[in-house]
Parts: sequence; structure tokens; C-alpha cells
Amino acid sequence: MNAPSSPAEAARLHAEFVKGLWRENPVFVQVLGMCPTLAVTNSAINALAMGAATTAVLACSSLLVSLLGRFIPAQVRISTYVIVIATFVTVVDFVLQAILPDVHKELGAFLALIVVNCLILGRQEAFASKNPPLAAVLDALGMGLGFLFALLCLGATREVLGNGSLFGIDLFGPAFEPWVVMVLPPGGFLMLGLILLLFSWRLQRRAAAAAEEKR
Amino acid sequence: MSDFELPPEPGSTRLVATLTVAGLLAGLLLASTYALTLPAIEANAAAALQRAVFQVVPGTTAMRKLVLTGGRFVPADGSEAKDAVAVYAAYGDGGRFLGYAIPGQGPGFQDTIKLLFGYDPQRELVVGMQVLDSRETPGLGDKIFKDPAFAREFAALAVRPEAVVVKHGTGTLPNQVDGITGATISSKAVVRIVNERCAGLLDKLPAAAEVPPAPKEESR
Amino acid sequence: MTGRGHRLDLQAAPFLHTTLSTPRLMVEVILCTLPVLAAATWFFGVVALLVVAAATAGAVFAEWALATRAPRGNTLRDGSGVLTGLLVGLTLPPAIPLWMAALGGFVAIALGKQLFGGLGQNLFNPALVGRAFLQAAFPGALTTWGAPRGFLDVPASTFALPFLHGGLDGMSTATPLALHKFEHTTTGLWALFSGDVAGSLGETSALVLLLVGLWLGLRRAFDWRIPVAILVATALLGGALHLLDPVRNPGPLFLLTSGGLLFGAVFMATDPVSSPTTPRGALAFGAGIGALVVVIRDYGGLPEGVMYAILLMNAATPLLERVSQPRPFGRRRAA
Repeated sequence: MNAPSSPAEAARLHAEFVKGLWRENPVFVQVLGMCPTLAVTNSAINALAMGAATTAVLACSSLLVSLLGRFIPAQVRISTYVIVIATFVTVVDFVLQAILPDVHKELGAFLALIVVNCLILGRQEAFASKNPPLAAVLDALGMGLGFLFALLCLGATREVLGNGSLFGIDLFGPAFEPWVVMVLPPGGFLMLGLILLLFSWRLQRRAAAAAEEKR
Repeated sequence: MSDFELPPEPGSTRLVATLTVAGLLAGLLLASTYALTLPAIEANAAAALQRAVFQVVPGTTAMRKLVLTGGRFVPADGSEAKDAVAVYAAYGDGGRFLGYAIPGQGPGFQDTIKLLFGYDPQRELVVGMQVLDSRETPGLGDKIFKDPAFAREFAALAVRPEAVVVKHGTGTLPNQVDGITGATISSKAVVRIVNERCAGLLDKLPAAAEVPPAPKEESR
Repeated sequence: MTGRGHRLDLQAAPFLHTTLSTPRLMVEVILCTLPVLAAATWFFGVVALLVVAAATAGAVFAEWALATRAPRGNTLRDGSGVLTGLLVGLTLPPAIPLWMAALGGFVAIALGKQLFGGLGQNLFNPALVGRAFLQAAFPGALTTWGAPRGFLDVPASTFALPFLHGGLDGMSTATPLALHKFEHTTTGLWALFSGDVAGSLGETSALVLLLVGLWLGLRRAFDWRIPVAILVATALLGGALHLLDPVRNPGPLFLLTSGGLLFGAVFMATDPVSSPTTPRGALAFGAGIGALVVVIRDYGGLPEGVMYAILLMNAATPLLERVSQPRPFGRRRAA
């Protein structure tokens, strides 16, 4: 990995990193990885852990795939990516089990299911395999952090409404009446729907404003 | 992937070799991670179990695992079958025997409820209960582990005759458990698990005088 | 059916002949909720008015915030929002905090109506969507039935601040259906008929609901087939199951007069938007609701199932309309 040699190169790398955070956000814009997005966002800490685990797996896999990309025959590339991803998922699973057993118990099977998060395989196929290691890692970090941000948005809202707390810190005191539905699966769908609604409303308004200007 | 031109077939040896190398490297990485994290994982599991035992038998400072082999409970020495029925003998200060912590599980309203309860053979009473794992409805069924009042119902519960769930606020007899309003099924499930375990195991547990002595060191 | 009048509407069969425009119909039904509200106030005290007012305020607020900018035109003034709010309020238990009632009204309009595109576009009955949301979000508050109390005596929970439950004052009781399901005690038929029992605000008095339903049916404000089919199906299936197991399954008269059945049959299932417009479709729709109610009440985990029965049949409405289209005159039955 060489340091960027020119300002133009630095700007390009910066763009690769930033795009996943907002403009091409994996959840809000690409609508990828819905399974963990809906399943483990019932509290902010779970969302954070899932986002961080996914980011770690994504960054490690992207680095390895970018480094080894040209040695892998195209016919077996998907199988190789899956082996790489599955390995890192299992590593993350072990590490989490060792250092944060409570979080590991909460995430349960969804930790292992990071393997089938199409965001990760998608980035390997669409970006990491065709780009140099530094760009691949920056792209992976951007996408991973964008994913983490989206999960945290959902997790925080659902925990505040469904449990009256944020990161386990009580916000409303003992008289709080929890919105039970928010920590159940339907709450995930409701919240995700509302956030996507906001996003498309914004896009629509921007498009309308642009059309207005043209006229 | 329309923009992805497949290069000429490189021959199956190359394909197999690539996947084999990838698999070998993955295996190596996994094995070393497993070896590195195993002690911490086992320590976590043991600590969690110990916390639960200490909670369901008040005053516990040490414990010993007993497994059911050949119709009686003997101290676990690591040679027992993995799925052998196990209970935990709990000891207080000075190695005084306090009672047993008995794990149990059974169907709840949503999914299997796993719990641990304490039993004092001298007083013939259940002395504590903790739900280890459940997926009961948040806000209603999850009160079986979130509502301290429900846990208190198990602080001195007679199980002979069998414990029964009664409407909230009406329990008077020692074998009656005040149910949780709105979570009748979950509260009944917990009591049923305790009853089933008691019916199956109490006669087989060693009497207080025959319990193996407390382990030497303060808690394993 | 736009309510603006003087417009030539071209639409496919079935053609409806009606003298009632949308706002007129709304006013008519709104007036008919007043006797129900009066009965609720008689039995539960002034708190009934507060709860219904809060739910209506929430609904009208949602209508104002969302419908005034909706592409399909403003439905704020046609009264449908007010009606939805009133209906949400009348399905709530008397001791519910007012902020929850207002939230229910808001969700009914926002999620149940405007999200689908406004009046006439919604698949589900908006008022029941609002109530179902509250039931899912606050199962405790929605199944706590305050015991009868003085006319001006307002429970402590009513004025709870938003997000708080404001303390339960312990004075709770069980509805006749819950009593039957969990305690195996049957409530007297006269109490059920007059309405002097625990339950949601508008659902307790069978007498008032029957009279209002009769009036609305005679005025052709709704399709009479729907409530009649519901009641007949409930009585028949409930009666048959009662004969099989008289202890566990309550008799038909109890089924008809308890819980939200009559309220649902008169005010909820008859919503013209979310129920079939074809005569045979309406009959099947009503019969489906009646059967589901009996199955849920007799075999379900919950004591009451009218809300879910109606919502489920709402989902089946497009299908029922498709299969029950009247055949054009003179055409042969498709081979």
C-alpha cells in the first residue's frame, strides 16, 4: 500500500471512502443487508456491535481479495470470496464470544449470518477485486461505517421508544411506558419504512427543485 | 456481470489448487483464533453459570457439579457424557452445604425457556429461580425475568404438593405462585418446568448428609 | 364520489345509486356515533369524552399535517378524519392515557389512510389500524380495564405525560370475554345488553349499537349485508361450537352481545372503502369476519378477536371483489 502520490489520487481515495457513508449508503440507498438491519436493531448496542462486526469482516475481506485478486481464477472467484468472508466471520464470532459474551448472546445466529450479507459479497465482486488494496480498504470502511450508521439510527430510535433507554442508560425513569412493538420485528419494519420514506421524500423534493430551476 | 469477460478456462487443477489453498489458509487462521480465544470463552461460560448458581441459592460461595450416572448423582470428573443430567451443589461459608441449583428447560409462549432454580433439601423448598434464556413477548412474558416480584415468588416455594400458578395477588399457600397479569402462559410455563424437574430429580439427589464435601478452593 | 359535485364520473360496474355524497355520509355516521358516545359517558364518566376527544384531535392533526398537501386533494373538510378519530377513541379502554389515544388517532390517519394515498385508497380500516398499532405498542395499557367509578372521577393514568404510564391505580377488572375465557364465569345477558360491563368505551351497550345499526341500515348509509352476515355467521358457528363443548365455548347470545362484535359490525366492517362493494362479496366478507371472530374467541390465546378478524378480511377484500363481480347481462358463464 503506497501513500497517495498526487492530490488527484488523494481526492479519489477520499471519494471512495465517503460515498458509502451517505450518498450510496448500503441500507438507506442501496437497501442491502436487510436481514441484520431488521433483526438486530432492537437496541443501540446490538446495532453498534453488528455494524462494527460487519465493518471488520468487510475491511479484512476486501483487503485480502484486493491483494489476491489476480491469483484467483475467475471461475472460482465467488467460492473463494465466500471462503474468505466465512473465515473472517468466524474469527469475529470467536473474538466477540471471548471479549463481549453478553453482546454475542444477543446477536446469536445473526453474527454467523454476516456471511450471507450481500453487501459484503457485493463489495468484493464490484470493487475490491478490481481495485488496489488501499482503495479497496477505504471503500470497505466507508460502506461498513455507512452500514453501521444506518443500523445505529434504527437501533437508537427503537431502543428509545421500545425500552426508554439509549445504550442501556435509562432516559425516562420508572414511569416510562415502553412501545413494545418497537423492539419486536414489526417495529423494525415500521422504523425502516419510516426512514426510507424520509429519504425518498428528500430525494423527491430535491428532484422537484431541480426541475423547477430548469424551467 | 456483463462487463466481466471470462478468461480462457485455466484447467481444473488450477481451480482445485486455488480452493484448496484458500481452504487451508482459512483453516489455519480459524484454528489459531480458536486456540487463542478458547480459554476466555470457557471462562466466560463458567462465570455466567457461577453467577446464576450464586443467585438462585442465596449465600453460595462455592459450587460443585454433580452428574447423574447410573441412577445417582456423583461429582463430575470430566469423564461423564456431554448430555448427562447435571445439578450443582452449592456451599456457603466454611463449606456448609446449602442446596442444589437445578437447570431446567421447556416450552414457553414463544420459544424454549431455559432456567435455573435453587432447591434446599433440608427445608424441602425451592429457594430461588433465574431465567437464563427465553424469547417471551417483551412487555408481558418477559416479566418472568424482568419483574423482581415474580422472582420473589420462588424465594420459598413448596413443591410438594406440586407448585401451582394462581391469579395475581391471591397466592396464600406455600405452594402457590402469583401469576403475572397478562402473561399467564409464560408464568405457568416457568412453574411447569420447575415441577417437572422436581418430580424427576428430587428423589435421586443425595440427601444433605451424603453430599460430597465442598471443593477445596473458593469456587472453581 | 369526490364530493365536489357537478362532475361526470365514468366508472365501471357496479354502478351505485346514492343520494349521499361523502361529506353527507360522514356527517350522518358521525351523528350516529353520538348516542354511542353518550352511552360510554353514562357508563364510564367524563373520561370517555376526554379519550374520544384526544383520539379525534390526533386524527384531525394528522389529516391537517398530511392531507392538506396530498396529491389527491384535501380531505380535511369532508369529515372522514373526524370520524376515524371518533371510532379510534370509542374502541379504547377508559383508563388509557390521553397521549396514547391521540397517538392512536394520528397513526390511524397517517399509517392507515394517508400512506396508502388518502381517502378511498386504503386497504385496511384506518381506525382499526390505529387501534392495532396501540395494541401492539402498549399491550398492557390496551388490556387494562378500569373498574366503574364516579362520573367526574378520572383515573390517574388519564393525564399521564407522553411516554409515561402515570401509575396504575390498581382498580382494574376483566371484560366479560376475559372472565369467560380465564375464569369461566359468564356475565348476565341483561348487563351485556344494556352495557353495564367492563370493556372499550363504545362497545359495551348492545342495545344502543343495535338501534344505531338499524337506523344506519335503514338510511342505506352502509351495506346491510355486511353486519347481518357477521351476526348470522357468528351465531351459527358459535352456536355449533357451543353445542360441541358448552363449558369452554360460550353460547351465541353471549358471543353476539359481548366484546366489540356489534361495534365492529356496525361501524368498522361497514367502512365502504375497505369492504367489498359487490353484494355477494359483502356477504362473504361478513361471514368471514363472523367465523374468524368465533375461532379467535373460542380457540385463540386472546379473549377478543373482532379487530383482527376485520383487518384480516380487509386484506381479502380485493380478492372477494374480483371473484364476486356480477356477470354482464346476457353473457354466458365462462366455461
